[in-house]
Amino acid sequence: MLAKIRETRGDRVDVGDVGEVVQSMLATLQGDISAADIELYSELQSLSDYIRAAKLEIAMLRPDTVKDEHLRTASDELDAIVQATAEATNAIMDSTEQIENVMSEVDPDVQAALMNATTGIYEACSFQDITGQRITKVVKALKHIEETVDGLLNAFGDEIERYKLENPDVVVDETAKEITDEELLQGPQLEGKGNSQEEIDKLLASFD
Amino acid sequence: MAVDMNMKVLIVDDYKTMLRILRNLLRQLNFNNVDEASDGAEALAKLREDKFGLVISDWNMEPMTGIQLLREVRADDTLKHLPFIMITAESKSENVIAAKEAGVSNYIVKPFNAETLKTKLVSVLGEF
Repeated sequence: MLAKIRETRGDRVDVGDVGEVVQSMLATLQGDISAADIELYSELQSLSDYIRAAKLEIAMLRPDTVKDEHLRTASDELDAIVQATAEATNAIMDSTEQIENVMSEVDPDVQAALMNATTGIYEACSFQDITGQRITKVVKALKHIEETVDGLLNAFGDEIERYKLENPDVVVDETAKEITDEELLQGPQLEGKGNSQEEIDKLLASFD
Repeated sequence: MAVDMNMKVLIVDDYKTMLRILRNLLRQLNFNNVDEASDGAEALAKLREDKFGLVISDWNMEPMTGIQLLREVRADDTLKHLPFIMITAESKSENVIAAKEAGVSNYIVKPFNAETLKTKLVSVLGEF
């Protein structure tokens, strides 16, 4: 259509001819075009623009990073909590059971006092059961969030990939960069990620 | 009637540390014949294979929960009179009502202390 107009009228159209050009364009449209139709088309165009902008905003949130890094980290850390508290609780009960095993060798008054104390320890150890259940609730919530993020990834996968190509992650040269105090605050490391005491001792010794 | 302290007690929980705590507390109360299960299905199988005098069960377990186990026990002619104590972090009224309607003998909410455990055992089994 535009090619034909260019062919007959060139690249420039006088204002007075604009109406005729618009009419020519409208004539190519099938069926009757009413003012209501034009308004509807305008609304649809606005909606399309809005959806495009929303998709871009969602892509900028990088839901793929949320799922692959942050949610995974959160889940791993929670698993580590449950395991660590279970190990500690069992260690406490090991020692408590050892005390119970020798209680018969002491006089009755001491025995009674020890019995009270060991009972109190067993009662307190039930914290691990409660914390474990609370963590299970959190893990379920994270799972639900992950499923929602999966939904976003499925719906906006193309948009996200396009955004990633246009905005590649900045690769930092770790050797040149100075580590800030805030970056040093990493907290406890998962199994196999941090240094053991032996490795730290060796590292310290290497400075001598 | 005197409580048979040699009765077999089945404790059911998916957290191993809780099973250990319960076993130790029961031992302190002189219940030494204790067996364990980690979910309702395993518990039900054990109950049908052997003779038990008491069940102490958690609620939140998979594949069979404590309340499902309770309903199965109460629906079974050979098990329906078995004393059954629910011991759980589920503390809402609807939980307690549901357990009561399912036929629970008593209900302990976690965290609990040894005194509460003993009181509930006495209420279900009699003085010991």
